[in-house]
Amino acid sequence: MHMADALLAPAVAATMYAASAVTVGASVKTLKKDEASAKLPTMAVASALVFAGQMINYTIPGTGSSGHLCGGMLLTSLLGPQAGFLSMVVILAIQALFFADGGLLALGANCWNMAFYGCFVGYYLIWRPIMRSGLFASMGAKGAARAKLVLASVLGCVLTLQLGAFSVVLETTASGITELPFGVFAGIMQPIHLAIGLVEGLITSAVLLFVYAARPELIQDVDAASQGGRCSLKTTLVILAVVVAVVGGGLSLFASGNPDGLEWSMFGNAESGYSENMGLDEESYGVSSGAADVAGAIQEKTAFLPDYGFMNSDSAAGTTVSGLLGSVMVAAVAVLVCCAGGFFRKKKTAAKA
Amino acid sequence: MNKLTKAQTELWEMDELAKGTSPIHGLHPLAKLAVTVFYIFTVVSFPKYDLSGLMILVLYPVILYQIADIPVSTCFYKLRLVLPLVCAVGLVNPFLDRKILLYIGTVPITGGLVSMATLMLKGVFSLMASFLLIATTPIDQICAALGKLHVPQVLTTLLLLTYRYIGLMIREVAVMSESYALRAPGQKGIHFSAWGSFLGQLLLRSMDRAEELYSSMLLRGFRGEFYYVGLPKARGKDWLFFLGSLLLFLAARNTNLPELLGSLFMR
Repeated sequence: MHMADALLAPAVAATMYAASAVTVGASVKTLKKDEASAKLPTMAVASALVFAGQMINYTIPGTGSSGHLCGGMLLTSLLGPQAGFLSMVVILAIQALFFADGGLLALGANCWNMAFYGCFVGYYLIWRPIMRSGLFASMGAKGAARAKLVLASVLGCVLTLQLGAFSVVLETTASGITELPFGVFAGIMQPIHLAIGLVEGLITSAVLLFVYAARPELIQDVDAASQGGRCSLKTTLVILAVVVAVVGGGLSLFASGNPDGLEWSMFGNAESGYSENMGLDEESYGVSSGAADVAGAIQEKTAFLPDYGFMNSDSAAGTTVSGLLGSVMVAAVAVLVCCAGGFFRKKKTAAKA
Repeated sequence: MNKLTKAQTELWEMDELAKGTSPIHGLHPLAKLAVTVFYIFTVVSFPKYDLSGLMILVLYPVILYQIADIPVSTCFYKLRLVLPLVCAVGLVNPFLDRKILLYIGTVPITGGLVSMATLMLKGVFSLMASFLLIATTPIDQICAALGKLHVPQVLTTLLLLTYRYIGLMIREVAVMSESYALRAPGQKGIHFSAWGSFLGQLLLRSMDRAEELYSSMLLRGFRGEFYYVGLPKARGKDWLFFLGSLLLFLAARNTNLPELLGSLFMR
């Protein structure tokens, strides 16, 4: 689910960066300074563990395939939402920097899609209500805790992955990058991540069950129910119903809305001269306001070649033959530079020897 | 397990690359970070059909790789697993966008084809730029630069600690996976019955280790933050690199240089 840089328009990337940065700021503030420094090594070790744990293949019984661990819910259940979020951010940053898993520019979006939902939504909407509820009370204290653990991990992973996948679709569509219609894209992403979420939830719950058997004090909220939990079964069900309604409703709303995405709706369709409109002078697609005119005037003055320089002008002129020829020449220069570099490097090593 | 040992080697190799002594390695980390971000920003801001305008930006990574004395092939070799994923993004475009933009001889070039190529190049360029940053800048310098940008100390310290711990954890998991695989021949991954205990065991041991680690850090005078030495003041060449790159990117973004170049030969 890591998004690459090319999938995002700069404006969307910046927005997601801002959203994630605010969450980081709030988390840092909540974890008071002393507490944070005492928790630091634990957070570092836990995130390193999740990082390494993500590389383990788990065989899924009955199928030939294998699953992986998802970090968000595990870290949240061990460290709490704020510390868990920061740990996830760090994991994502290292993945982006050293393993090119998701890009530098897309880091903000990735933090939001994976860390925010996994940690905050997962904790406040799923983990805490379920762990503090009186569910499964008939199974005895230990049994109830175990059952709640499994339920919370599976539900949490499934829901947070669905939200994350949906965000990926939203962000990509808002960036106007892919030609894939919104509905089709969402229709591919959501079911795939339903299956992934289920498996990840089961792996997470298996690990947590083991930890609960050995060191229950490591898990957040696990014995909270015995101290008189605040959320009853009814509250939990209400929360879940709301979540399902929001997610489901949102999905169906968007899926039927705009078959060909933002791009199509902005530029009209084939019948109304789509191909002509690709030349895309600002006038011809009917945006005219005072502000737009002023902006247009400034644009005319500042841009050296007014048709190329701006984000919204998906100019077909960039693909003229002379453009193509120039591109080929640039590519040739690039190859030459590489060859020259290789040549000098060889000379240098030869001189050293 | 193969994958884990590979990851371990790759981390080590990146560390080695970042220890180089080229002029690029010597630049101020903040300048490199800012230029990289600005470069990626410029790359992704190109319109989806502006393939020729985008092409000029290939020169930035290619030239800097040469100055930094890192073969471009290293980057592609390291990113071989990610590159197909990045390129797969645009694969559907040719099927969905069949408007013909131009003919080369008699071969029609569709909009989808052009936008796919643009998207792939954007992905590859961004990857090359971030790889360049990481291959020429050690992680502690990046953290120091982030600190200068007022990223909370908790986050940078955590990044540094986690990075150091990842090597250790991967080694542990590699040893565990190896011994598990030897005891369970012909089995592809971790069996269902061991899902919990496999990572759970490691988790418990690691938590204890974290406690010990914290105690020993406290004993050595840790007060919640690291102090960075050796982050130099920005010098003239850092400013030159930063402002020069900025201007060049802006110029490349606002004029279609390859097309100008091509038109010289088209009269």
